[in-house]
Parts: sequence; structure tokens; C-alpha cells
Amino acid sequence: MRIHVAGENALMVYFADTVSDATSAQIQHTAQGLAQHLGDVLIDLVPSYASMLVLFDPLKTDHIHVRKLIRGAASHPQVEQDSQQENIVRLPVYYGSETSPDLAHIAQNAGLSVEQVIEIHQQTLYRVYAIGFAPGFAYLGETDARIATPRLATPRKKVPKGAVAIADRQTAVYPAPSPGGWNLIGCCPTPMFDPKGTPAMPVQAGDAVQFYAIDKDEFFALGGTFDAWGEIE
Amino acid sequence: MSPSIQILNPGILTLIQDAGRYGQHSVGLTTGGPMDPLAFKWANRLVGNDQHVSALETTIGGLKIKVNSCTQVAVTGAEVSVKVNGQAKAQWQTLNLKANDELELGYATQGCRIYIAFASGLNIEPQFNSTSTVVREGIGGLTGKGLQAGDVLELNHETLEDSRWQLPESARPVYEDTVTLRLIPGYQEHHFSRHQQRMFFYHEYKVSDLCDRMGYRLTGPKVTCDIEGILSEGICLGAVQVPKDGQPIVLMNDRQTIGGYPKIGSVLSIDLAKLAQLTAGGTVKFEPITIDHAHNELALAQYRYRHQALVAVTSEEIK
Repeated sequence: MRIHVAGENALMVYFADTVSDATSAQIQHTAQGLAQHLGDVLIDLVPSYASMLVLFDPLKTDHIHVRKLIRGAASHPQVEQDSQQENIVRLPVYYGSETSPDLAHIAQNAGLSVEQVIEIHQQTLYRVYAIGFAPGFAYLGETDARIATPRLATPRKKVPKGAVAIADRQTAVYPAPSPGGWNLIGCCPTPMFDPKGTPAMPVQAGDAVQFYAIDKDEFFALGGTFDAWGEIE
Repeated sequence: MSPSIQILNPGILTLIQDAGRYGQHSVGLTTGGPMDPLAFKWANRLVGNDQHVSALETTIGGLKIKVNSCTQVAVTGAEVSVKVNGQAKAQWQTLNLKANDELELGYATQGCRIYIAFASGLNIEPQFNSTSTVVREGIGGLTGKGLQAGDVLELNHETLEDSRWQLPESARPVYEDTVTLRLIPGYQEHHFSRHQQRMFFYHEYKVSDLCDRMGYRLTGPKVTCDIEGILSEGICLGAVQVPKDGQPIVLMNDRQTIGGYPKIGSVLSIDLAKLAQLTAGGTVKFEPITIDHAHNELALAQYRYRHQALVAVTSEEIK
């Protein structure tokens, strides 16, 4: 673990150089240990792929004290329950042709059938590595290497809310309409960000996510719609 | 009828802000909050409020409002003409308003962020513990957007208090066209060679047209980093990221919370407020500062703010 200065009120903790489930678990464990200081000397935490940004109030504490808090939280013995308590969130996806403009392209690239790509996308238990880009946007990884696909050369001006997408070995659900360059393979009717909801998101960093296919009737029953999909090319 | 203000003209951009949104990075929400927190705090203090109650931030100017009851108001921040019912008034002091008075701002002649605070504060329903408006997220304020003509903002209560105060001129921030930004080296600083760091601290940069509440893109001598990207990681206020084109971007209040460009360090918040007052064409120079020195500067700034006394205004004379 390396701790770097990031700013006057921020330390960056690097847990590893690469992404792994073990690193993700370690980040969550440290975040949980530090959470008790939030609202007091700490003002926010930003867990990400292999790091965590720790923001503190520089008028209440200093970086030397915060380093101690971080090391303390990280070295606190990991209770075995930590891993057993893993939260698995299951998200429904409609993979039909109406909401999957890039599926054929991914299948062709991979030398697979569309059905195989859909199957492979559901087989992986994904990890929520980070939340950012936009409110409720959860970066999930890693996809099976066979369906990894680079971003579109030209991003779309408007990706519909709920779009399930792949970029390289990452997958995500767009929480709100936004510009985006990821490959679209389906639509998830579960809201990923509801400002009025408690919690506002169905997932948090460190959770596991599994996608499961639903048919058109189930998609509509769960509140899904094709409304914004007609406009995209 | 509850005491309120009506927006007659929002000007270029007027946003409701409080101290900012904290503890919500876990769902991807950014901080928001006033771009020049010192001017914001003074506006509140001049009307007897706690320093972080909801007030208005107008960028450039053009705001026109009408009040429906007695209240006090203070205008701080960028230099701008202030008129009440067409009569010129001073900034950095308490102004007394009565029902149907109209307050109008001109356009900033120095700086660009203007703060308008009302006694008792704006009564706005917080979202995620804050009223700060972040347009990109559609969160905060009345509807997650800039204010529109016709919007009505409730005040917490009517104010009959009429004692007026001003901040002595010597204690007011000075907004200049050239600012020195003290930068705490950090993040990926070691991926910028000693030579590149010297270049970065030696040269002047210009504020480009791409400057807003999210970030300030600068133009100037190219800075190169020995890596192109990193695993996406948390971005703090004032972080200076350097994309492949070598032109630094200083990340401001409405920044994305995570990103994958290398960063050379972060600007001291006191200086970031000065950058926030610059518009396209402004000149920026960076100067390194240690984190310990930075903490010292922050503590001193806080001490000065707390111990700076306001002076009673006795005449109607304009300063």
C-alpha cells in the first residue's frame, strides 16, 4: 500500500497496480474502517479500481494524522464475515434487437453468435470497481475477454437511460441519458440512480453484480420502454 | 405571503449554492458549491447569516431581482455595478431592501463570480444534504438548473434589522488578470520528469475559452508525462490533470469525481478561488508549495477571516 499526497485536503491510497477481487475487498475493508471518521475529520472517500482517495478537513486535522487513520483501518484484521457478507445484486436485462444496436458488431468481432455474446455477458459475476463519470454510473469488471470491445470511434450524442454497455473489459448501465462511446447490448429497466430513493443506487462500490436476461413482456412489466431507443442510429 | 425574491432576469448564469455537497462521492455526485468560497462567506456574514447558508452565485452578471418584503442583501465577489431601484449602491456592504425593491447587477468589470446573499438565507429543499446546484448532474437548486426569469425563491424569514456593515477595503480580495497558483505536487508528479516540472513552474499559461464550473483548460507550453493514462482514480478539488496534448486542465467544483488522466498535483484552494474569478485570456503561473506549508496557509487564512471585523456603515455615501 502506498499513500501519496493528492492535494491540501486529500491523500491517495494505492493498494495495487492492477485490478483484482482481493484488491477490491481490501479497498472496501479500509473504506469501512475509515467511514466512522466521516463527517468528523474525514469529509469523503472515493474508492476506485485499485485506489481510494481520502478527503479530510484540513482545519480539523492534517495529512500525518490521516495517514495513521488509513494505515490503522487497512491493517485492522479483516473479519471473515467481510467476504461472506458480499452483496450480490441481480439486474435484469432485455437483450432484444430494439435495445442492442452494437450486439451484432461485438459478435462478429468475437467470431461468436449474438446468443453466445448474450450468454457470456450473463455468466460473469462482476465487481463494482468504481462509481463516477455521472451520478449512479457504476464501472463493472471484468467482462470475459472474448466479448471485450473497444469504445466506438465516434461517441453517440445520446445514449438512452438504462442502456447496458461494454467498453474494453468493462460493462455498465447508463443511469441517465448521456453522450457515450460504449457499445450498447441491451437495456436494464431497474433505475440505477434515483435521487429520491433510499439508497439512491441499487449497488455500491465493492458489490457483485450479475445480469440476467428478461423477455419483452417482463421488460415492460418492470417499467422498461423503447421510447428513447428509436432515435439512435 | 411568505417573504421571497423573484428572479426578473437571471443574467448569464445564476445558481443557488451553499457550502457544497460532501460525503456523496460514493454515488458519483460531485461537490459543487461556490467557486469563490471566501466572497460567498463574506456575503452571508454581511447580512448576519451563518457563513454557509444558501445564496446566489451569478457568473459575469445581468441578474435582476425583486423582493416582496423587508430584507437585507449584500453583493460581493467580482467588481460589478449594483443598483437598487436604479440607484447605484456599494458592494461588500449590507443593503436594506423593502417590499417591491428591485436589485440589478451590471456586468463584471474585474473577476466574474458575484455572490448575492439575503438575510436569513434562501429556503431551498436540500438534495443529498446540500442545495448546491450542479447543472451537469441536474441536482440541487430549484430544479437542478440555472435560475430562470419568473422563479420565486423563498427566504427563511423577513428581516426588519437595519444596521448596516461593510468589509473594510483593505480586507477585500483583489481580483487580478494574472494569478499565481500555488500547487501541491502530488498524484503522478513522479511521472513528470524534473525538466518537465521546471518547465511547468517556469512558464505562464493562458485561460482558454473552455473554462467553466467543471474545469479550466489552460494553453501554453506543452507538459509531457511519461504515461498517457492511469487506472481511473478519485479527483480532488484543484487537481491539475495533463492529457496527452500536454495542456493542463485545472479541475473545479463541478468536476467528475474520478478520471484516468495523469495529474501533477493540486492547486491550493485559496488560489483556486482567484482562478475561478478569471475568464478566457487570463494569465496563470504555478508555484510549488509543500502540503505542510499549504496547511499553514489555510489555518492563517481561516484566522484572518475569523478575526476580521466588519465596520458599521453610518452614511449613505458610496465607497
